[in-house]
Amino acid sequence: MRTSTRGSRRLMALAAVAALTTGLLAGCAEDSDDGSTNEGGGNGGGGRTTLTVGTFGTFGYKQAGLYDEYMKLNPDITIKENVTTRTDVYWPKVLTRLQAGAGTDDIQAIEVMNITEAVQTQADKFVDLGKEVDKSQWLDWKNAQATTEDGKLIGLGTDIGPMAICYRKDLFEKAGLETDRAKLAEQWKGDWGKYVDLGKQYMKKAPSGTKFVDSASSVYNAALGGGTERYYEKDGTVVWDESDGVKKAWDVAMEVATSDMSAKLKQFDKPWDQGYANGTFATVACPAWMIGYILEKSGDSGKGKWDVAAAPTAANWGGSFLGVPTASKHQKEAIALAKWLTAPEQQAKVFAKQASFPSTPSAYSTLKPAAATTEYFSNAPITQIFSDSAKTIPTQYFGIKDQAINTALTDIGILQVEQKGKSPDQGWDAAAKEIKDVLGQ
Amino acid sequence: MSSPKQALAQPASSADAAPGEQPGAAGRAHGRGTPDPGRSSWRSRLYRWDMKASPYAFISPFFIVFGAFSLVPLLYTAWYSLHNVQLANLDSQTWAGLDNYRNLLSSDFFWNSLWVTFTVGVISTVPQLLMALGLAHLLNYKLRGSTVWRVVMLTPYATSVAAATLVFVLLYSWDGGMINWILDFFGIDPVNWRESDWGSKFAVSSIVIWRWTGYNALIYLAAMQAIPSDLYESASLDGANRWQQFRHVTIPQLRPTILFTVVVSTIGATQLFGEPLLFGGVSGSKGGSEHQYQTLGLYMYDQGWIIGNLGKASAIAWTMFLILLIIGVIQMLISRRLRKSQ
Repeated sequence: MRTSTRGSRRLMALAAVAALTTGLLAGCAEDSDDGSTNEGGGNGGGGRTTLTVGTFGTFGYKQAGLYDEYMKLNPDITIKENVTTRTDVYWPKVLTRLQAGAGTDDIQAIEVMNITEAVQTQADKFVDLGKEVDKSQWLDWKNAQATTEDGKLIGLGTDIGPMAICYRKDLFEKAGLETDRAKLAEQWKGDWGKYVDLGKQYMKKAPSGTKFVDSASSVYNAALGGGTERYYEKDGTVVWDESDGVKKAWDVAMEVATSDMSAKLKQFDKPWDQGYANGTFATVACPAWMIGYILEKSGDSGKGKWDVAAAPTAANWGGSFLGVPTASKHQKEAIALAKWLTAPEQQAKVFAKQASFPSTPSAYSTLKPAAATTEYFSNAPITQIFSDSAKTIPTQYFGIKDQAINTALTDIGILQVEQKGKSPDQGWDAAAKEIKDVLGQ
Repeated sequence: MSSPKQALAQPASSADAAPGEQPGAAGRAHGRGTPDPGRSSWRSRLYRWDMKASPYAFISPFFIVFGAFSLVPLLYTAWYSLHNVQLANLDSQTWAGLDNYRNLLSSDFFWNSLWVTFTVGVISTVPQLLMALGLAHLLNYKLRGSTVWRVVMLTPYATSVAAATLVFVLLYSWDGGMINWILDFFGIDPVNWRESDWGSKFAVSSIVIWRWTGYNALIYLAAMQAIPSDLYESASLDGANRWQQFRHVTIPQLRPTILFTVVVSTIGATQLFGEPLLFGGVSGSKGGSEHQYQTLGLYMYDQGWIIGNLGKASAIAWTMFLILLIIGVIQMLISRRLRKSQ
């Protein structure tokens, strides 16, 4: 009797271990089903394909209902968006996955500051979309940024960031400044220096607790986006310390940083968001995508108080692309979706939702912001302002380390001057030292 | 009866499939003496093999996991650190010899991050352990609702770094943060916590202290409760007051525990990463505009993932590893000294 219980106990143990093992293995198997092979993986819907879209920040596709609309048009497609909030977390992840040839999404968004790195180092990891679309739909310079030397187009343009100035009409009025958007635009037209001069005027009678601008870095980025030269030349040589565009932008930023007109905030930081909510700064450099950001962060307290005026110079700041990795298991479907998402009609829908500005000129005539947006921004003709800016944006060349160089200048150089009271020369030297390290010189 | 039992026993033991059964079975088999002469050689060989191999089989999961997720990456990192590897171009690695290390030693940023790691480590670890000791001492008294206090102490430890740090960022906010508001109450000018040199180090340390004091206090408390109460009784008979009892009974009895917490906190301080990264907000990996709170961990992350120089980042990782080894050896020597002097 004793032996038989031992035997059966052993059997039980064996069975338990076996069950655990199969459980574990099944777990693994399920995982890999989810991760890499989407085909028929237990979704039972008879050939339904799941496409994943990897984005960062707020692309607005989901918000504008585009995914739902596409799924309704294509019942055999399911779309899943994987959002990473910050680009500096998103992009390294994408780079490693592209090179591993696994784990990428079917569509991968690429920020403009990373596009050159993608074009120069990852071109063979992306499908050539040039053959799939009518390239003339997009702005030439937008296409050029995503095109390799041998003419391969690795990403379709989504939005661009034509520049304007968003300002608080109520604060301007209290400070005794002009509040009419056309007259203001006339006052600072052509020169960011004039904008800074107006800031000095503002500070003389500034409503208590407010500053003229959120940060010196935002003025820097806006001014830099209006120059023809950034950190690299067209052939890829680094010229950041001789670049005319950088010098001009730096000088304007220094004027802001060394005066009292900046709220000394760091953009996209929590305190910056609070600054919007509390109305602690009167102006902000306003690429089109900023409209959506202000709507969200400034909230009800800013309704009807914000207005939009044309920027001193036409400039571009930001914008993105959609690429299809060759590692995608559903390239055909992914290309179709990327084409659809970046088509003029869909870009116009995203504009209506959150004012991300299309990179396809044919959409410009049909652009209509949501009524709530227009009302929020004092009925400013934002379509008109951004379209005008978009038409005259200079062609700029980006480089491999564009983002790292930009961070060194804004978050090391300018920040030291603005917040630590260093002299502009000291700030420049600190940024230069940082950039040397970035470039491995 | 015996043959079906064997039929069951053999596959089970050869597959190592019934943990816990085997040693017992083997023991019983030996205890029974010589059961069945015909099969004994096969069975005893099987049992001997079982006795030898099973322990290894049982501990193997740890070593397999350790090998796959620690040892291999460790060695791979060493390989990387001797090469020029860019994040955007992982496949083309060129031999660099000790260039990455030479590069590090001549880089101001590296020495700065080493200094930051050291200073932040000291100003977070020392007060943290002292406070933990004090708190544990208080909790060791008979208190009403002692469980509640203990749970409360552990809550910061259970809070996620991200959530805690975000709250601290708001508290330390330059403009309108609560701490500057309180300072203002006492007529002190607002401090730019994030950009000032020592202010930022202090702020980062305070997050670490907040998170880990309770955890260490509980460890101390557990050790304190293991101290025999007759030691205190005889001390009080000798006329020792509370403080003298704490100094001359509690502290010496806690010595091994204190050493343990010092070792663990030092390792934690050397690897400090999440708090300063999140405290910095946007481009937090720089650790402030003058790298005033860029710890070694942040420097490594910045080099590897933001700048994209994985070779150099690997060299930093290995340097950190070596530093930890040196610290480990020093602590071993100290503890040996302490034991000898006792």
